[in-house]
Amino acid sequence: MYVIAALAVVGIALAADWPTIQRNFFQVDVIREMFPELVTIAAKNTAIYTTLSFALGFVLALALALMRMSTVAPFRAFAMIYIELFRGLPALVTLILIGFGLPIAFDGFRLGSTMVRGSVGLAIVAGAYMAETIRAGVEAVPRGQSEAARSLGMSKNRTMFTIILPQAFRIIIPPLTNELVLLIKDTSLFFVLGTTPASKELTKFARDFMVSSRNATPLTVVAIAYLAITLPLTYVVRRMERNAGKSR
Amino acid sequence: MSTDATEAATETASDVAIRVLELHKYFGDLEVLKGIDFQVDHGEVVCVIGPSGSGKSTLLRCINRLEESTSGNIFIEGDDITDPDADVDLLRTRIGMVFQQFNLFPHLTVLRNLTVGQTKVLKRSKTEAVQIAEEMLERVGLSEKRDEYPIRLSGGQQQRVAIARSLCMKPDMMLFDEPTSALDPELVGEVLEVMRTLADEGMTMMVVTHEMGFASEVADRVVFMDEGIVVEEGPPAQVLKDPQTERAQKFLKMIDHA
Ligand SMILES: Nc1ncnc2c1ncn2[C@@H]1O[C@H](COP(=O)(O)OP(=O)(O)OP(=O)(O)O)[C@@H](O)[C@H]1O
Ligand SMILES: [Mg+2]
Repeated sequence: MYVIAALAVVGIALAADWPTIQRNFFQVDVIREMFPELVTIAAKNTAIYTTLSFALGFVLALALALMRMSTVAPFRAFAMIYIELFRGLPALVTLILIGFGLPIAFDGFRLGSTMVRGSVGLAIVAGAYMAETIRAGVEAVPRGQSEAARSLGMSKNRTMFTIILPQAFRIIIPPLTNELVLLIKDTSLFFVLGTTPASKELTKFARDFMVSSRNATPLTVVAIAYLAITLPLTYVVRRMERNAGKSR
Repeated sequence: MSTDATEAATETASDVAIRVLELHKYFGDLEVLKGIDFQVDHGEVVCVIGPSGSGKSTLLRCINRLEESTSGNIFIEGDDITDPDADVDLLRTRIGMVFQQFNLFPHLTVLRNLTVGQTKVLKRSKTEAVQIAEEMLERVGLSEKRDEYPIRLSGGQQQRVAIARSLCMKPDMMLFDEPTSALDPELVGEVLEVMRTLADEGMTMMVVTHEMGFASEVADRVVFMDEGIVVEEGPPAQVLKDPQTERAQKFLKMIDHA
């Protein structure tokens, strides 16, 4: 097995046209030209869009999760339909719906800038996923916790907010971080909403730079930029999960 | 008598702390309580014994409405708590509950475990709550654990904190559901000691337990339950040493040999 793999690697290494690859994917001049906008515009926007989508999505998810676990049947039904709907659709479809569907359907209805429309769109999707995560976290808190709290005279809501949710959030930090990683990548979908030079995020920035420089290097740079954020996060999550597993 | 004698006096006059009348409880088709009648007087310590599955926990849980009874009535100091309009949250502040699994809040320090109910439910000021919490910690001998998290405590210490947590609410009575069953044998004594002190101070207590030593020394009355009914009750010397019914005789013989 290893022999074959090694031979393949050597073969590819010999056959590849290294100078061409270097010229097209690792062109130092192009890299230099990408600065400072790569940081001051593209990376900054990706960070802002991700943060906004996550924050909005989390609030939405909390509301949905509480509705999903409510004793009020219409709340439960609404949350269930919402969650199934937006988990079932591609995020791109939801973004197009928010960015173009609504303005067409309700003449002139425009939700602010690209930033706002995109973040709301992604938050709508992320909210559906995170709602299920939060619910799973709540259900993972032992029953005895709410029984003890209720026995002290706490109301249902008080019990949820002071006893159950704080414990649930600790349990779901790893899956929530995974959701954050997904969101970072999903902000690349913002391009469908149309962008101004100042509102480009990493992917759109790289694409436009590729066209203007007639070179693929920007893609390499942006790939590294994504990985620089997502890999450490994924690593941290894996560590947390391993530690959680140990403490059981 | 209860430390809150003045408060108790303003309640509907009643010498009876807990009165259970013709209580039935079904889980689906399974009838778990089949017409329970009994009462606990103020300051009385009642131990409930009986085989596994006889409905002891269910009875206790109906009394603070963690379970809803199917029919029958439960009066707490004269108030019918099975009334659907009863204020359950208020009721529960008057009844302390201690669980087999302690159920301390793991995300809060010992001190916060003891103050959270006081500040959020009873609306006591933080200073007052902390003062009461420290007093109760002292009573269970754990003052130095004030700022620890529950996970750092032994089982026996956790259960003593759980008792202190209930006491902070200044309840009129305390319910214990097998408070020592989850403990290593060498830790049982310290918890029973705290309960014994509570009993001596006149706390009204209803204790589901398999600790026959505790029952015979501390209980004013022992109730033997089997298959959802009270089979036999009376002073410990009678029920534990000279049971009248065959079922109680069999159960006690089995416990003896365990
Ligand atoms: N939530 C529930 N749903 C269905 N059945 C239940 C539920 N809780 C208890 N039961 C059943 O009710 C019966 C009585 O249970 P209960 O816990 O009151 O017994 P117990 O006397 O406390 O027993 P143990 O000594 O084992 O604690 C058992 O048959 C049990 O399986
Ligand atoms: Mg039980």
